[in-house]
Amino acid sequence: MMGRPTVITGVGVAAPTGVGAEAHWANLLDSKSGITRISRFDASGYHVQLAGEVHDFDASDHIPRRLVAETDHMTHLAFAATQEALDGAQLNSAEHSDLELSVVTANSSAGAAFGQRELEKLYSEGPGAVGAYMSIAWFYAATTGQLSIRHGLRGPCGVIATEQAGGLDALGHSRRALDKGARAVVVGGSDAALTPYGVVAQYANGNLTSCTDPGRAYLPFDRAASGYVAGEGGAMVIVEDTASATGRGAPILGELAGYAATFDPHPRTGRPSTLRRAAQLALDDAQLGADQIDVVFADGYGTSAMDTVEVETIAALFGRRAVPVTVPKTATGRLYAGGAALDVVTALLCMRDGLIPPSINITDPAFDDQLDLVIGAPRDAPVRTALVLARGYGGFNSAVVLRRPDSLHQ
Amino acid sequence: MKVHFLRWVAEIMAAPRAVITGIGVVAPGQPGREQFWELISNGRTATRTISLFDPAEFRSHLGAECIFDAEREGLSHQQIRRMDRAGQFAVVATREALADSGLQIGSVIPERTAVSIGNAIGNSILMEQEYRVLSDNGSRWLVDERYAVPHLYSAVVSSSIATEVAWDVGAEGPTSLITTGCCSGIDSVGYAFDLIREGAADIVVTGATEAPIYPITAACFDTLRASSTRNDTPASACRPFDRDRDGLVLGEGSAMFVLEEFGHARARGARIYAEVIGYSARANGYHMTGLRTDGREMAQAITAAMDQAQINPDQIDYVNAHGSGTRQNDRHETAAYKSSLGGRAYEVPISSIKSMVGHSLGGIGSIEIAACALAIQRDVVPPTANYETPDPECDLDYVPVTARELKVNTVLSVGSGFGGFQSAILLSALKDRAA
Amino acid sequence: MSTQFSLTDLKSIMRRCTGADDAQDLDGDILNVRFRDLGYDSLAVLEIASNIQRAYKIAFPDEAIEQILTPADVLSFTNIAQAA
Repeated sequence: MMGRPTVITGVGVAAPTGVGAEAHWANLLDSKSGITRISRFDASGYHVQLAGEVHDFDASDHIPRRLVAETDHMTHLAFAATQEALDGAQLNSAEHSDLELSVVTANSSAGAAFGQRELEKLYSEGPGAVGAYMSIAWFYAATTGQLSIRHGLRGPCGVIATEQAGGLDALGHSRRALDKGARAVVVGGSDAALTPYGVVAQYANGNLTSCTDPGRAYLPFDRAASGYVAGEGGAMVIVEDTASATGRGAPILGELAGYAATFDPHPRTGRPSTLRRAAQLALDDAQLGADQIDVVFADGYGTSAMDTVEVETIAALFGRRAVPVTVPKTATGRLYAGGAALDVVTALLCMRDGLIPPSINITDPAFDDQLDLVIGAPRDAPVRTALVLARGYGGFNSAVVLRRPDSLHQ
Repeated sequence: MKVHFLRWVAEIMAAPRAVITGIGVVAPGQPGREQFWELISNGRTATRTISLFDPAEFRSHLGAECIFDAEREGLSHQQIRRMDRAGQFAVVATREALADSGLQIGSVIPERTAVSIGNAIGNSILMEQEYRVLSDNGSRWLVDERYAVPHLYSAVVSSSIATEVAWDVGAEGPTSLITTGCCSGIDSVGYAFDLIREGAADIVVTGATEAPIYPITAACFDTLRASSTRNDTPASACRPFDRDRDGLVLGEGSAMFVLEEFGHARARGARIYAEVIGYSARANGYHMTGLRTDGREMAQAITAAMDQAQINPDQIDYVNAHGSGTRQNDRHETAAYKSSLGGRAYEVPISSIKSMVGHSLGGIGSIEIAACALAIQRDVVPPTANYETPDPECDLDYVPVTARELKVNTVLSVGSGFGGFQSAILLSALKDRAA
Repeated sequence: MSTQFSLTDLKSIMRRCTGADDAQDLDGDILNVRFRDLGYDSLAVLEIASNIQRAYKIAFPDEAIEQILTPADVLSFTNIAQAA
């Protein structure tokens, strides 16, 4: 794709496993699940009973109340994650022209809670009841717009909607922003669709589990796989040109070494999934062979059909049981536009500490002969490179290759 | 000999070029590219009283609607059932674009074919209709799951629009839904432009679509008081740059393009409408709906696009404005033209086709790019309809009322959207690179 | 709603619909303080107006909205509309 060396200098998390990257990481290493019974509303009458909710989160701890009122929960979560990432990157926005700072986010289902409230007012009271903020709070671009204002980010900004692949597509797109003159890009994604209408709509895709036991519900690559659990939240990172970041003495958390995206053909064509091609192109972009990858953060969709394709892809690329594979989203559920961004942060922490977090609750792996799935406890391993895979409903495949900072010189 | 060799070397080393080889349009009025051009080049307007829902209780009763019969346009019953109007427009426009380009579906190489579609508010009509049923007309917060249709999830994610187009085309390359509010229609083509330049695809099916004319969106613009209330005179309601303009008129529609790598197009003898030569996006970081009076970031986007295209303002033959018809926008972009184009701002013809087809939010940017590409091909600049009384704050040449014939080589199109997005794209007639 | 719309009523709407900041003091005499200086932007003013319209079944004309700079302006327009 392009040769510009790009690094990540800050990370922020607002997820079911914790608000704050270290809190999230500690919970992953402890195999603590963020999946619980839905508490936001009475879900007892629905097929979906469980979700990954972001716990103990008060938006007004992170942003002024006025900003809370004019934005949806998906944006509240992004505000929190972004502040943490900016603080971590020690980015002094005063030292850059505002036109050199950008933001690219991914989003999938827009501001579900804000939207359902305003739709309810519309239909129960009439058009005059729709508030002034609906036009800016619900739409998919709201988070990018608000982050741009709050942090004075006026360079090339973007918003991408490719469901769960979005977090990686946003990362790929941030490299374009750097090519166009941005010095630093705030990038990531968040989604928050845990409302009655949102949850019912998700269940309609046929891929969510209706299992009511949080410990047995979302089991990718397990014989008892019955679908996924949805969650809310996500992550944000700061992406910079390597020379620019090292020049200003920024913390270097990892290199964005490669990225690629493909799209799956319609099943009626009989053509194969293109997930493998996405992974291969990302490896090519990183100028790495499969044998140089130390861990794969799988998409782990959680249905047997999707899992089978992913296992075949990984086995074909790497060989049987040739690389450790893990799905930390077993602790959070699938976070849609926030999910792959969170996987990237998790991968960076994994590389930093040389610990691969386990896929929790997996007790009966279905592909043991092909897949070396990390389960049970975190695995000690030197991790210099990571491949992150993401698949969005409707056929989107994306892949990112990350490298540990000290391995940049090898 | 030496000069030719140097040129050849320079050409090999330059980034791939991106050209438009097919255009499909579903715009207010009759569907089809030629019907769209016929409307705008004759200065006719498609702004009317809304018929897609009963606007009686709303402040603005105005909309620019597409006369669209999905079955007649070739969509299957299942496509019609599961796709929102926006998705239907996009698939139909895509088919016209592909046919127009001379490419056969089935002849594109899947892995070298990408899709990039712009859209701001998703499958909003379908989402709203289904909401009404599940919530029993807004009476139940705990919606009734028994009424969930199988395609309900596709209705609440906008990415499904990209899926439908990619399926229809057989694309397996990078496929994205670009959603930067009212700049989506420019930014999606810009994204496609980048994909071609990176060598990620030989063909990108790109463009945008929107179908926002329905209660929730109408109510939003009512509350903001951003839409025109000239309910008694719908045909002349949208009056960009005019002293008496009173707001935008919601529109709907889609424009889709085949954006092709130049060598690929030339090798198959494709007809080329125009080349994309520059693209830039900025955000104003100022306010979600408000605009600074100096138009700084729009000016920056225009300047950056010109830099990429390596042109100066005097080479711009036509500016297709954002021109939504709100008091603040038209003032804002007039200021942006003056600061980015200098003296040329006072000479170059500038027009807003929103005066004729309304503002279709995430879709309009591509509909406007279609107008630009056709303007280049046909050497005609569409007018700003309904322009009668100059506004001292908007004192440029807005091509009032009547289309103008002139040599159109290079066109600038700009967009501005909620969230502070400001985008600019430059198209030009195909030139020899060395000329 | 037969009583005149008061500053207290307005403050209650301001707090409820836009989320008053802890730091921002709406207590005290804000009658002639500009909304802008109270931290309420154009959207917030529209939101306040929209809430008043719903609660008191009145309509602010566009010209009135454009002229609203302070809480006093809101009271004056509201009372005019109520009297109409």
